[in-house]
Amino acid sequence: MATQTVEDTGPVAHTAEARPEAVVVRFAGDSGDGMQLTGGQFTLSTALAGNDLATFPDFPAEIRAPQGTLFGVSAFQINFGSHRIDTAGDAPDVLVAMNPAALKTNLAAVKPGGLVIADTGEFTRRNLEKAKYSVNPLEDGSLAKWDVLAFDISAQTIEAVKPFGLGNKDALRCKNMWTLGLAMWMFDRPRGPIHDWLRAKFKGKPELAEANIAALDAGHAYGETAELSGPLHQYHLDPVPTAPGLYRTITGAEAVSLGLVAGAQLTGLPLFFGGYPITPASAILHHLARLKEFGVTTFQAEDEIAAICAAIGASYAGSLGVTSSSGPGIALKGEAMGLAIMTELPLVIVNSQRGGPSTGLPTKTEQSDLYQAVYGRNGDAPLPVIAARSPADVFECAIEAVRIAVQYMTPVMLLTDGYIANAAEPWLVPNPADFAPMPAQFLTEKNAGDELLPYARDAKGARPWIKPGTPGLMHRIGGIEKAAGTGHIDYSPANHQEMTDARRTKVLGVDVPEQAVEVGNTTGKLAVVGWGSTYGPIHQAVLRARAKGRDVSHIHVRHIWPLPANLGELLRGFDKVLVPEMNTGQFKTVLRDQFLVDAQPLTKVSGQPFQIAELEAAIETYFDAIPGDAGGEEIAANLQQLPNPEAGHDDGTTPRDLRLMHDRDN
Amino acid sequence: MNEMTSPGSMITTLKDWETDQEVRWCPGCGDYAILKAVQRTLPQLGADPANTVFVSGIGCSSRFPYYIESYGFHTIHGRAPAFATGIKLANPDLDIWLVTGDGDGLSIGGNHLMHVLRRNVNMQIMLFNNEIYGLTKGQASPTSREGTRSPSTPIGSFDHPAKPAAFALGSGARFVARGFDVSKKLPEVLMAAHAHRGAAFIEIFQNCVVYNKDVFDDFAQPKGAEDRQLWLENGAPMLFAGGTRGIALDREALRLTVVDVADGGWESAGVIVHDVTNRSIAHMLVEMPFGPFPMALGVLYDDPIPTFEEAVIAEREKASAGKEPNLAKLLGTGQTWTVDQSAGHPA
Repeated sequence: MATQTVEDTGPVAHTAEARPEAVVVRFAGDSGDGMQLTGGQFTLSTALAGNDLATFPDFPAEIRAPQGTLFGVSAFQINFGSHRIDTAGDAPDVLVAMNPAALKTNLAAVKPGGLVIADTGEFTRRNLEKAKYSVNPLEDGSLAKWDVLAFDISAQTIEAVKPFGLGNKDALRCKNMWTLGLAMWMFDRPRGPIHDWLRAKFKGKPELAEANIAALDAGHAYGETAELSGPLHQYHLDPVPTAPGLYRTITGAEAVSLGLVAGAQLTGLPLFFGGYPITPASAILHHLARLKEFGVTTFQAEDEIAAICAAIGASYAGSLGVTSSSGPGIALKGEAMGLAIMTELPLVIVNSQRGGPSTGLPTKTEQSDLYQAVYGRNGDAPLPVIAARSPADVFECAIEAVRIAVQYMTPVMLLTDGYIANAAEPWLVPNPADFAPMPAQFLTEKNAGDELLPYARDAKGARPWIKPGTPGLMHRIGGIEKAAGTGHIDYSPANHQEMTDARRTKVLGVDVPEQAVEVGNTTGKLAVVGWGSTYGPIHQAVLRARAKGRDVSHIHVRHIWPLPANLGELLRGFDKVLVPEMNTGQFKTVLRDQFLVDAQPLTKVSGQPFQIAELEAAIETYFDAIPGDAGGEEIAANLQQLPNPEAGHDDGTTPRDLRLMHDRDN
Repeated sequence: MNEMTSPGSMITTLKDWETDQEVRWCPGCGDYAILKAVQRTLPQLGADPANTVFVSGIGCSSRFPYYIESYGFHTIHGRAPAFATGIKLANPDLDIWLVTGDGDGLSIGGNHLMHVLRRNVNMQIMLFNNEIYGLTKGQASPTSREGTRSPSTPIGSFDHPAKPAAFALGSGARFVARGFDVSKKLPEVLMAAHAHRGAAFIEIFQNCVVYNKDVFDDFAQPKGAEDRQLWLENGAPMLFAGGTRGIALDREALRLTVVDVADGGWESAGVIVHDVTNRSIAHMLVEMPFGPFPMALGVLYDDPIPTFEEAVIAEREKASAGKEPNLAKLLGTGQTWTVDQSAGHPA
């Protein structure tokens, strides 16, 4: 799989029956237009068609941003193809713009020659003003470098749902299904599954189900008839040959929840989740709240601090305590993490990173909490840190976090980010029986003859887990320095040295698998070292560079702390080390510090994931001036690659149309 | 009227509740008396040390768990209610005593105290009120009286003090009581708190002999105590000063007044009978200013409702009813499709 190469297909040719290897489609509209819902269903049909895919939902921080405004634009991008797909795609081949604001904020990203579909019904004078257009762009020739298909989707939708007697407002809410119908036709997808889904969704309101189905079918029929005259054509993408088995689409937030439940089952522990609402981490609380039959207790605390403190309390009492947040909330939890380190209790802390500092960019992705995760506490307070690379990868990472927390009696931080949390990808559903059980052990009797030593250590350096309620093992723990062995209060100099060393040794001794090379050789000219959600673009960029003959390898690190023991030696086997990350160079600094290697940063903090082209360009610069090499031309990054609406403020709740995905019932 | 928690059956003595740790409070500190009162109460409750957890925050009072031979968790400043909530939800069978102070519980931890009371998590919450920050060497606290001179308020504090019992009742507490460190009746109050199923809040006035010495003497000193202390008893008239004075309700102005009682004729004097379930009177009692009125002590309010942990368990059971915790099935739920063995593409 890792050796597969990828062609940059360029703009899709609009022949009557195009057979591209990959297509990028972006649906963009007002945040009330249901674009995330449309994208989600299109994703399902893409998966059902056997294409590999990656998605990128991008939405404003505002719940109900004023209609038609630039900052109220919500977009959903999907990249799908007949070969392996690792990223949501650099530039769309097709843009569906439901209003002028959506066109304005997304147009620059579209490939020249790409197709723009626009709803003229929304290109009113008022909406044009709101989008700060002085002239209608559909009429002034400014879209000449794209194929444009502009027609009145609003009117078409109203016409299609007329028989159901809906009011104008309700009728227009079916617009997203009409659009989805058109997209279904374009990519030759069966509508049956969407019909079933709509009937299930509007179970109690059959007239709404039928209206939406009528809109969907009308959009599909429109494609058939419009094909003859306009720029609209059908695309056929062959399915990707994949391993047989049961697949599903999964987002990072779902994968965290499932991984935690799996980890709890493998350790035989009840799961206690303490959370406080924060974007983009709230979805984990929502998912777990629906899994109570798995022995899950969810507790929505009064604040971030109470959320982690309750989780630590639950761990103390013998449950698997878990808390989750994003950067600002993680900052608030810092002191309590120190207590979990001091009292040596298991705990999993999930950080869905977002743009910072402070409130920062609540709905945009970033990797800038790495220092916070590794170093961000008072005192010498080490804890293991794991970073997931993709939505599906989060599942295994969550199990790994549970394993380390329970076996080493330590809090563990699991890093994901806004991109991983919200993006969906196909996932070969694992069999739980394939994971080895790792039952938690509790102390049930005194461990030193007649004496109880709550801070005795096993071979791993872990102390025993002693549940209150156990007869004869009463003892006291707390945040004051503990005497080795007895755990009594002890401020003495030698003891603090001993205990600080013991905590450090324990964490540094966590059994971390050897670092493997994802793509390329284990020595060579250039290693591109990534962590977290940069996996997709780095992977593709390295594949492309290798296809051009560049001696470059991709190394992707899951265990951020402690680092794999062989990583230093591995990095020293390369002439150059490049570390792309969505921060100002945090992992680069850790690598330099730990291994004295000349790691070079490649940083991006625009709130958007890396483009493959950006990374390719960066790799090329390392191969300049090499005899026989074509030389790496600087390829300017297209910062408008993905929609980037200006966000005004954050109220820290789930964006409107994501909420609709879960809760829409009217 | 109280739904009694099942009485413990463990036979212990005061000695069984003492740890081998050297107690490190200042000589003469009111905490010693409270510690003894608690150690005296626990055997009377038939409490089991293995099933008892003392949880505290930070401050002088929060050292308490180290001196009780049970499970103990000395946590971080102000957050003890959150830890205790997690412990109780993870194991509702544990008997939890929370120890906090005026700084820990009402300043840095005011938010958590409010929520543990509002949620009604079953535990005893002892707030040691000494109206000063002791462990940090004597700064004014949120309950310090206006004009308190301290290192941080050299000319006297000017912020208005919080009233712990009023805060608790306002937060939704279903049990509010008061006592003081050296009072012989403290074990009685603690037992009533323990009998209450739900969050039971006890404000315990505690003498900080180093930084706020004898600040409660105006009502706590033994001499003339009966004139200055109103010990409330459910179903009994609110009498003090040896039955010669009592508390009446001015029904016009809707406020409490002090009336003289001659020859035991409290009924004719209009003295009201204490009903621990009367929330309106409880609001008046917690606000009753000392000086014109005696200090209201004992159980001010006690009217249980279902607890938080009961609701959490009930919800979990309801949500799990008829559902099988099948992980394999859960993982394969949602938007799924199958890739065929032979074809290598979707079937």
